[in-house]
Amino acid sequence: MVSIFEVNETNKMIEHENLDVRTITLGISLLDCISPDLAELRENIKMKILTAAKDLVAVGREIEGEFGIPIVNKRISVTPIALVGGAACRQPEDFVEIAKTLDECAKAVGVNFIGGYSALVSKSMTGADRLLIESIPRALALTDRVCSSVSLASTKTGINMDAVRLMGKIIKQAAEETKERDSLGCAKLVVFCNAPDDNPFMAGAFHGVTEGDLVINVGVSGPGVVKHALEACRDSDFELLCETIKRTAFKITRVGQLVAREASRRLGVPFGIVDLSLAPTPAIGDSVADILKEIGLEHPGAPGTTAALALLNDQVKKGGVMASSYVGGLSGAFIPVSEDQGMIEAVEAGALTLEKLEAMTCVCSVGLDMIAVPGDTSGETLSGIIADEMALGMVNAKTTAVRLIPAWGKKAGDLVEFGGLLGHAPVMPVNSFGCSRFVSRGGRIPAPIHSFKN
Amino acid sequence: MQKTIITVVGRDTVGIIAKVCTYLAGNQVNILDISQTIVDGFFNMMMVADMAGSQKTIPEIRHELHQIGEEIGCQIHVQHEDIFQMMHRI
Repeated sequence: MVSIFEVNETNKMIEHENLDVRTITLGISLLDCISPDLAELRENIKMKILTAAKDLVAVGREIEGEFGIPIVNKRISVTPIALVGGAACRQPEDFVEIAKTLDECAKAVGVNFIGGYSALVSKSMTGADRLLIESIPRALALTDRVCSSVSLASTKTGINMDAVRLMGKIIKQAAEETKERDSLGCAKLVVFCNAPDDNPFMAGAFHGVTEGDLVINVGVSGPGVVKHALEACRDSDFELLCETIKRTAFKITRVGQLVAREASRRLGVPFGIVDLSLAPTPAIGDSVADILKEIGLEHPGAPGTTAALALLNDQVKKGGVMASSYVGGLSGAFIPVSEDQGMIEAVEAGALTLEKLEAMTCVCSVGLDMIAVPGDTSGETLSGIIADEMALGMVNAKTTAVRLIPAWGKKAGDLVEFGGLLGHAPVMPVNSFGCSRFVSRGGRIPAPIHSFKN
Repeated sequence: MQKTIITVVGRDTVGIIAKVCTYLAGNQVNILDISQTIVDGFFNMMMVADMAGSQKTIPEIRHELHQIGEEIGCQIHVQHEDIFQMMHRI
């Protein structure tokens, strides 16, 4: 039987250390909705989502009520829309109509984001992929809850530099289309290398083509819990430090596994994976940066940051893997700037630069995430930054991503405000030397030699 | 059996257990075990209860006990046992 101390420990994590389940994400395949008629396709999509997700939010609340654990977000991911809409869409505006349908569905079932307005172009683009990509700025401006992602590279295929170049322009356009809202559109758009099919976190969640009809994926969180646990071993050596992170990650992940199992059972939908991520929020005490400080850094960005992040990421996985029967998604520490108060402070203190963030992405699960850059940053420069990040992912056989916000009309040092979970971000300076001749070469960068494992 | 953990934390006053137990008895919740400590004048109690016979759901009981807690100046939580089993047992 559980003891009073164990019960108190769990409740302290929930009440004082921001322990929560960050998201239950219902993956829905839309492949059976495909029709050459746009109106019919939209109707099929609507019927499918409204039927499959009708109980999602209610079941989420039921689980919260029974176990006393907050489930912050209930979300939906769908099959990449470039695949679903290819037969029906003749122009970018047609895809925008599908985005509106997705937005209506998200609002109708009460989820705060729906992901999968996506194209998978890591090797090359079909006509439909190109149309969808061209429609992204408009789609994100005209919808509230739709998230978009584009897979640009993988270890197996190399980097599609044509698509990298195009996305530099698209991100700029998305910033312009939403300039009255601090270029919010870009906060809902991410590009990937080695994109996972089962990621439950936004903006990059989509329901991959390797998935079944429906699936439940759960993203855990809990940076505040890890930080508090580490307060007790401030002067200890690395062995105890790592052991403490591992034990804490195990406990956090077990809660995610329980929620995933219950959601799966109550919705009658197969359980997919638990994503073992330390996902921060702008709330005080819910910060990955604070963990890095607790490990011994004055600010994230100080020398030693990459090593500290590497050990944190590894211990979270080692603790989490044993706690869950299936692990997937991104699984690691997230280091977004705008969504983490400690990261924002590090940027404002001058400790953290874009280049250091790039180095940090070599050892953790995501990439350059929620970083505001000056509004006059050129599309070519954005493409250059994306290409660098894609190369890190490709060569290291890991997922990397880029979610940059070239904040319209803002310069380095200004502040952009997105509100809610997306937070606010200081605009960071970008290396202004040119890369346009490199970016405009065309074609793709071949896959690295170590990808040939057959 | 539907094992539920009820925790009560607050300033120690007369009749805390009586109040909670009366409510549980009135709702056909069977108490299986009670453990209790007092730390720095703070009353700290954990009950293991079986809710299988109750007409009410955990969220309903949770809501009503929360209100009773406010009346007697205590925080009362009601949670399914599984969250603790999962977190603290391999």
